[in-house]
Amino acid sequence: MLVEITNAVIDTVMVTAGMKAGADGAVCVFDGIVRDNTRGRRTLYLDYEAYQEMALEQMRGLAAESVTRFGVRDVALVHRLGRLMVGETSVLVVVASAHRGAAFDACRWLIDTLKKQVPIWKKEVFVDGAVWGAGEPFPAEMALHAGDDVEMLG
Amino acid sequence: MFWFNGASNTRARVCSWDMRVRVLYFGVLKDLFGRSEELLELADGTSVGEMVMQYRGQGFGEAGIWQSIAVAVNQEYARGGDVLRDGDEVALLPPVSGGAC
Repeated sequence: MLVEITNAVIDTVMVTAGMKAGADGAVCVFDGIVRDNTRGRRTLYLDYEAYQEMALEQMRGLAAESVTRFGVRDVALVHRLGRLMVGETSVLVVVASAHRGAAFDACRWLIDTLKKQVPIWKKEVFVDGAVWGAGEPFPAEMALHAGDDVEMLG
Repeated sequence: MFWFNGASNTRARVCSWDMRVRVLYFGVLKDLFGRSEELLELADGTSVGEMVMQYRGQGFGEAGIWQSIAVAVNQEYARGGDVLRDGDEVALLPPVSGGAC
């Protein structure tokens, strides 16, 4: 498994090529790139930051879980931090498997789960201001629900 | 709750505040506090939820932010009822980068 957080450009071609082995019949790639707008507001760039040690540990856990959960052969999970311009890859998921069904399923599960629970944030800088990306709510088992006294003190 | 990083070094330590944790701020919280971490003194036995309620009660940021965060203690997601210990690393985590599916 290749699990990495980097400040450098992600070489998607090299990572993908490096994942292929004789036993594989499918390699499924999710290449997450910087879009030029958010709801029509023009984006200049994104600044990514992470709680790096925890994020890496979470990514390792997800990669290992995807192998057991979907029965795929191998997984690469790479996230970039720092300033990313439009069109650059921020996150790369590569899943190698004997068959395509498991590869698609694992790839989708990995990116969706990563985006909900791995502590990485992005500040979107627009031509006319900046905002921290509004993330999805945390999964129930991770959210704190501050203000809900029963949850908080229970 | 007691912050260590203030300019003043004359604050008296209160005896009942007998543990110290390192709090980390990320994303919108880092901007809100203007720093990425600080040391905090808390009463012995303070839970994660009680600590967050103290932040909320002191009026930092919009109330909504405190309802949406998760907390990691020593790099593991924590529950509101988890009791903090001296020396813990407590990270306050706004919702992560997400994005539409």
